[in-house]
Amino acid sequence: MLEILHGVNVDWMGKRHIAYWISGICVLISIVSLIMHGGPRYGVDFTGGTLVELQVTPPIPVDNVRRAVDQAGFTGSEIQSLNIPGQYLVRIGLTEIHHVDPAPRVREAVAVTNPGSTVEIRKVETVGPRVGSELRGSALKAIFLALGLILVYVAFRYDWRYSLGAVVALFHDVFIALGAVSLTNKEVTLTIVAALLTIAGFSINDTIVVFDRIRERKQTLRREHPAKVMNIAVNETLSRTIITSFTVFLTVLALYLLGGEVLHDFSFTLLVGIVFGTYSSVYVASGLALDTQLYLEGEGLRRKKAPAPTRTAKTRG
Amino acid sequence: MTPSDRRKLFGTLIGLAICIWALWPTFQFYALSPAQRREVLQARPASATNDVERERLTKMAKLRDGAIKLGLDLQGGMYLLLEVDKSKLGPAEAKNAVDQAMQIIRNRIDQFGVAEPTIQKQGDNRILVQLPGLLDQGRAKELIGQTALLEFKIVKTDDEAHALFNRIDGYFARKMGGAAADSSGPDSLRHPFTGRFLTVAQGSESFALSSEVAAIDSMLTVLRADSTFTMDAAIAWDSHETELQGRSGRNLYVLDKEPQMRGTEVASAQMRLDLDQERPGSPGVAFNLTSKGGAVFADITSRNVQRRLAIVLDNRVQSAPNIRERIPGGHGSITGSFTEEEAQNLSIVLRSGALPAPVNIVEERSVGASLGQDSIEKGVRAGAVGTLLVVIFMVVYYRLSGLVAVTALLLNIIGLLAAMAGFHATLTLPGIAGIVLTIGMAVDANVLIFERIREELRNKRTVLNAIDMGYSRAWRTILDAHVTTLLSAVALMSFGTGPIRGFAITLSIGLIINMITAVFVSKMIFDAWSLRRKVSTISI
Repeated sequence: MLEILHGVNVDWMGKRHIAYWISGICVLISIVSLIMHGGPRYGVDFTGGTLVELQVTPPIPVDNVRRAVDQAGFTGSEIQSLNIPGQYLVRIGLTEIHHVDPAPRVREAVAVTNPGSTVEIRKVETVGPRVGSELRGSALKAIFLALGLILVYVAFRYDWRYSLGAVVALFHDVFIALGAVSLTNKEVTLTIVAALLTIAGFSINDTIVVFDRIRERKQTLRREHPAKVMNIAVNETLSRTIITSFTVFLTVLALYLLGGEVLHDFSFTLLVGIVFGTYSSVYVASGLALDTQLYLEGEGLRRKKAPAPTRTAKTRG
Repeated sequence: MTPSDRRKLFGTLIGLAICIWALWPTFQFYALSPAQRREVLQARPASATNDVERERLTKMAKLRDGAIKLGLDLQGGMYLLLEVDKSKLGPAEAKNAVDQAMQIIRNRIDQFGVAEPTIQKQGDNRILVQLPGLLDQGRAKELIGQTALLEFKIVKTDDEAHALFNRIDGYFARKMGGAAADSSGPDSLRHPFTGRFLTVAQGSESFALSSEVAAIDSMLTVLRADSTFTMDAAIAWDSHETELQGRSGRNLYVLDKEPQMRGTEVASAQMRLDLDQERPGSPGVAFNLTSKGGAVFADITSRNVQRRLAIVLDNRVQSAPNIRERIPGGHGSITGSFTEEEAQNLSIVLRSGALPAPVNIVEERSVGASLGQDSIEKGVRAGAVGTLLVVIFMVVYYRLSGLVAVTALLLNIIGLLAAMAGFHATLTLPGIAGIVLTIGMAVDANVLIFERIREELRNKRTVLNAIDMGYSRAWRTILDAHVTTLLSAVALMSFGTGPIRGFAITLSIGLIINMITAVFVSKMIFDAWSLRRKVSTISI
């Protein structure tokens, strides 16, 4: 029997304060990055505008593309050279478009100013201002719908004290993934929103497996300190948590490395989310559930005028 | 095997057979050569001329409908969201405008010849058009977006035009501060409007330099928006630029407000190259009017001999010939500076009728064939590599039991694809990502079960007992985990936009099928294996 994580006996809960610091710092980095970039860098899906991907064979310097785009009248557009030589992304803002179809114009301008190169349009995305704001609205709606549904389900299936931990962990994962998108200066597009929602589902999935075990162990180990019960539950589910995350990580890594440009940012976001989702189900979700529980028990005891129990977790290991 | 096991196995095999049957057209379709595939995509049984042909085409259409379709992002194509501008319509006209526009756009696209276009109404005033595998995207956009409102209007006399222009000059002069009353002021102040033209109402035409066109247009917009100014005529530019004294510009026409006749009376239209005597070989469009239209046309021409009749398309004057005599036949032609393609487009839009209102493209997503090809190759390769990695890991880690999980996984993929074919779902690149993600997550249920079985074995349970306990105890967790992931997928589906929906759909179907294959089928395999012999060990 090949086993990697059997019989681990780590005092996870005892070290949860270290984890809170790590999470706090990651969230802080995300916030700082978002502030420095002036909020998420929305793609044309949400801001409106036009995105044109060109293939020029043989490749030309990116400055030539820039000059051609300027000549076509779209000054102030953003030009980006893609990883594959000869492929360029041209982003034209809404204000630049005056009742003309930019894509053919850009193509023509690049072709005319670079004789000897053939220019092909690989992709065009044009989103009008109203559609952009509608997509923003429906993305927000989808996010709140997902979070709301998950919250209701978790509250219904588990003690509400647990759902707090689960939901905080969920926000934590999604927010850090968003921070990673911002930090790497990637655009927030529809696909990134899809990735963030998938992370939400994945994060809660992991958390639930741990919570299920905590609930089961609580019944068999009634006398034990909650921290110890949680440690046992986390340790017992650890190999499953790691293995599942690992298989998902493998497939998403394949998408990231081989899936091509379109799926690149999507799978990058998922990778970050999977790593943090795994970590947070152990630490953030369970840790917070423990702290909520300890806090409430303390309150209850205080009300009964009994001495408060010690807050430090006594655990083996 | 117990009778209940036999029933389960039988049920599974039937399920598998149904899946393979559902996937069969997909196998057949993608085994064809690209050229054959194109033929299948364009097969229309209704167009057959004889029974043999009809049978062949019907077969092709059936194959096409049964196979999993590739999304626009994988096969290349264009996605357009159009908005019908109802701002200038009355309530009665506005009611049917979108449906009418949809019908007309459908007609135009049908004549353009695209395999399997999708045209759907979205909301109150939007039309979604999807054109898969389209190569000439610029031309298609032109064809769809052109209002194609054809009108025949009498050109006002020069005196009438002058009277209107004087009033316009007066209007703007007053607006700019009373200088107009003082006739000694500079010309630009006395004639703020006509001062922008090189010639004013000479032979029905007023010529303005190209650089002035935008300024004149914005003045006209101000006039039209002001209800205190009575605009008793229609003002329209020529459709193409001309030269005057070696400088290029455009002619402006003052026309009757109401058209004498509209393009609804056009019975047929063809692109021709021999219409313009001055420029032989230049493309134009010849049209025939309906018998009613022919009579009206004869009447108009007899009443307006020696005046000019403007043929106005989408508020641009295409040509304004002099009426020499009554024209009875009901034939006409439109010439101008068309390219052959533009003339071809114009003949199509004239045949299929004018849109009831202008349509604007509010969203466009088009993918070239090369990017689509790239995406599908890379997506499939990433999926294959990802699957292989998971398979290797599962077999190395759980050995024979891992093999059971892999079998369940493969059944899951087959079931997912079969469901997609059955529901006529479209496979998009995010959809492929959804499948790949499903593969990663699908083994989760088996991992949960196997880890549980291992635990039970460590607790010194017998193999059979451990298997049973593993399955029953893990079941609850599996259900919870799947439901929560499904919830976020459902939220994604509410998103509405094509590719994202594709992702959500494959992910959801995959998760649901996974509950069956990973739990039910894998348990069945274990049962079948363990009951046949006295087991004391298990490879897990």
